[in-house]
Amino acid sequence: MAIPSNFTQSVLHQGASEEKGENARLASFVGAMAIADLVKSTLGPKGMDKILQSLSRGREVTVTNDGATILKSVYVENPAAKVLVDISKTQDDEVGDGTTSVVVLAGELLREAEQLVNQKIHPMVIIAGYREAAEASRARLLEIARDNKDDAAKFREDLLNIARTTLSSKILTQEKNHFAELAVDAVLRLKGSTNLDAIQIIKKPGGTIKDSFLDEGFILDKKIGVGQPKCIENAKILVANTAMDTDKVKIYGARVRVDSMTKVADIEAAEKEKMREKCEKIVAHGINCFVNRQLIYNFPEQLFADAGVMAIEHADFDGIERLALVTGGEITSTFDDPANVKLGQCAVIEEMMIGEDRMIHFSGCALNEACTIVLRGASHHVLDEAERSLHDALCVLSQTVQDSRVIYGGGWAEMQMARVVDELGARTPGKKSLAMQAFARALRQIPTIICDNAGLDSAEIVSQMRAAHAADPASATAGVDVVTGGVGDMQQLGIFEAFKVKHAALLSATEAAEMILRVDDIIRAAPRQREGM
Amino acid sequence: MSLAFDEFGRPFIIIREQERKSRVKGIEAVKSNIQAAKAVSRVLRTSLGPKGMDKLLQGPDGDIVITNDGATILEQMEVENQIGKLLVELSKSQDHEIGDGTTGVTVMAGALLEQAEGLLDRGIHPLRIAEGYEMACKVALQRLDDIASEFEFGAERHEELIKTCMTTLSSKIVGRHKRQLAEMCVKAVLSVADLERRDVNLDLIKLDGKVGGRLEDTALVNGIVLDKDMSHPQMPKQLNDVKIAILTCPFEPPKPKTKHKVDISDVEQFEALRQQEQQYFRDMVQQCKDSGATLVICQWGFDDEANHLLMHNNLPAVRWVGGVELELLALATGARIVPRFQELNASKLGYAKSVKEISFGTTRDRMLVIEGTPNSRAVTIFVRGGNKMMIEETKRSLHDALCVARNLVRDRRIVYGGGAAEMACSLAVEAAADKVPGVEQYAMRAFADALDVVPLSLAENSGLPPIESLTEVKTRQMQEGNPYLGVDCNDVGTCDMREQNVFETLIGKKQQLMLATQVCKMILKIDDVIKPSEYD
Repeated sequence: MAIPSNFTQSVLHQGASEEKGENARLASFVGAMAIADLVKSTLGPKGMDKILQSLSRGREVTVTNDGATILKSVYVENPAAKVLVDISKTQDDEVGDGTTSVVVLAGELLREAEQLVNQKIHPMVIIAGYREAAEASRARLLEIARDNKDDAAKFREDLLNIARTTLSSKILTQEKNHFAELAVDAVLRLKGSTNLDAIQIIKKPGGTIKDSFLDEGFILDKKIGVGQPKCIENAKILVANTAMDTDKVKIYGARVRVDSMTKVADIEAAEKEKMREKCEKIVAHGINCFVNRQLIYNFPEQLFADAGVMAIEHADFDGIERLALVTGGEITSTFDDPANVKLGQCAVIEEMMIGEDRMIHFSGCALNEACTIVLRGASHHVLDEAERSLHDALCVLSQTVQDSRVIYGGGWAEMQMARVVDELGARTPGKKSLAMQAFARALRQIPTIICDNAGLDSAEIVSQMRAAHAADPASATAGVDVVTGGVGDMQQLGIFEAFKVKHAALLSATEAAEMILRVDDIIRAAPRQREGM
Repeated sequence: MSLAFDEFGRPFIIIREQERKSRVKGIEAVKSNIQAAKAVSRVLRTSLGPKGMDKLLQGPDGDIVITNDGATILEQMEVENQIGKLLVELSKSQDHEIGDGTTGVTVMAGALLEQAEGLLDRGIHPLRIAEGYEMACKVALQRLDDIASEFEFGAERHEELIKTCMTTLSSKIVGRHKRQLAEMCVKAVLSVADLERRDVNLDLIKLDGKVGGRLEDTALVNGIVLDKDMSHPQMPKQLNDVKIAILTCPFEPPKPKTKHKVDISDVEQFEALRQQEQQYFRDMVQQCKDSGATLVICQWGFDDEANHLLMHNNLPAVRWVGGVELELLALATGARIVPRFQELNASKLGYAKSVKEISFGTTRDRMLVIEGTPNSRAVTIFVRGGNKMMIEETKRSLHDALCVARNLVRDRRIVYGGGAAEMACSLAVEAAADKVPGVEQYAMRAFADALDVVPLSLAENSGLPPIESLTEVKTRQMQEGNPYLGVDCNDVGTCDMREQNVFETLIGKKQQLMLATQVCKMILKIDDVIKPSEYD
């Protein structure tokens, strides 16, 4: 096409650039594949970690295996790569796990598409083929998913298996049984809600990862006021969000103007009196523990100590909300009506030591929907990564509690889907079938990469799996067994994945690939001039 | 440059700082303008039709937009050239007036100018070309009226409406679910439409989106979705038979506008002021309670104390609700927006059958869904999708489809798509051209050729041999006298657009032709471009 050579200069702003047709497509393929290759090596139980060094002054270092975390921290310029970063972020928000596989799958789909484009197949034809293939895969995925919701014991076993599978690719793999138990217990406690805020994770360096534990109750990283009881049984807790320094007058424009020292003293006394009244009102609720979101000054603290009430100040907002959840109390800000305020209750409040730090431990709480996981580990990096891994596991589990369908992992689902897509391709006349075959190849890349990362002979294993699935489509359980380095029975090995994760990954990867394929023109605006750059 | 000499032969300057300005004159100016316009329209040409490609636009801050919508592409492209800007305006005005066909109008204008270039080379005066275009346009519009067909629809019979929306959606990335989305759009438009007056207020349809889920999860909510949550975490998440009070005053002690000071000089005053302050809060909550409200929606924030008092009095509340949403809520629930607590009473409350808080995925995003409002004329289309770009593009596509449905409510006439209408016009213009004496004849033929560009690009984008398919369909139109034959983009096997159900609105098509011709005339009339040269 004859484009006037001065097009970008004469029509667009200076500094803007345009890429058209083949060039544009090439640029987006290259960018997307580069991103996929970046995270590819972290896939699977033998995937490797990445070190990320931040650009800010601290030069902080993060060691991670989590696709979303890696991609979030990498500054990408290429627009197509940004699309992939975006889908991994969405996967993280939506299901919490599978952030690497979604990017890798999208990357593979594009790699296959590039081949097809080079064979002069129109992108729209490829998209049409991909759409049908994705639909077929989805149907297969729905077919093969199993549901054990009615059987509580089996369901728990499923959850444990999922947790183990998720954790096995992370730093916690050594202790995966321990952590799988932890995570499943924590999630089952939520009773079906997906509100992960109720699970608090406290990280304390020191000890080994094995020393991490799940606490039934709730741990607040705060200290008890001086001279107040250190241990309370049958606690009645008032959870509050109120100013316990001097109360400000909220009426606009008010100020104090006095003409003598005595008056100042009077007003100070009045303020003190006001505080005392407030404290008395609080104590009148019949409580023996008072937790406030804001600061508690020395004076009220002393008043509480005199009344034998434990006062905890400056619990942050999350802490307060969680505490309200755990103990069943409501968050109060006014104290005039003690009869109507719901107080929180718990059996014992005591101070406990974790490592070197003192914390407040609430146990035997009324509602018991929240809990705390205390992570111990050798260094901050280990703890951070452990937290991310645990977070992934918790997310997946909480989603599985909602949608209890599970499927086998280890590339089993991909092989199943690839088989139906291949069949569909064989039945379909026209160029679309090429795209379908490409889709199946891309799906098979996932077990291939898992093998490659584990240093196994991927070609051999994947073809064996393929044969196994073709021989007995309905009941094949063959998947990659990285431990023995061969094809293994996924049911026996207990390698399970959540249906929702796979489903979301399949759909968003196809959507992203389609989006990038549809582009035939990239127009970049001139970068905004910034000060001091 | 422009120099003039006085009677003594001394030069004097007419344009200030003329050496720093660049100037193009005469036929040169017209040609360079045409070049620029062509360049802009060429960018859009590949986006036309169901197999059209998308454009990826990177903003100055690195943000990305992927779209197929002509108006959006041109807007984001940051065109600097003056003539380019005219085309951007052109597609914008098509967008504002019709809402769809923004790509088509730009392609059409580009084609007209390209044809004009050839005529200029043959020495025809630009104004004669413009006149010829004008005449041709009239003929084409007449032809469109002739071939347009009208269809009836009512609240139940809206199959044709859905099909027209599907034609619009099929060119977008959401093409996969066009049936579902088109049904949604038609339902939304029909529920807000005033069929008596034949008018639709699109403000009543809110498009809202949240990243996550699947495109299939996109839903039409018969009510309003607010991106807010209850002000206090322990307020109930689900309310039934709600009476809603809408406030635009904050739950805070009042702040008089006049500058004032309250001086506290002794203890009694201090006490009194404190009492007063608490009384304010109690009064406010009591006034809400007395009016019988069971949900308070407030434009401003609450003080912690007020928040707790509300919670304590079992009065759920939502804070920081934006002005637009507030108005929409008021419309839907039939509530009056109350600016002062004193004016709150039972007659000013709105009603909704249910209000519930829903949460998404693993993040703590929550939204309020307000359903079952008495005035069901406010609806929300809630878009879900894999990523942010997808949602944005879906919203744009849905907006186009909504506009199309609205246009059909206004004017029921349709023409057939797939280039059928353009080819029919082109044939009519060509026939008319022979009867016109004078140079305009050439311009009219050029107009006819330009009309062919639309089916030509459609065929090209669909991977069909462009010239062959065009000529084939055109001869068939001639021979069979059937103006409903178009380019078979989707490889269905028939060229009859009635069978393929590819419709477009008549006003949309007419507007395209008129706007394109107008802009063309405007560009052709320019013979002098003066612009300041760039600073170094």
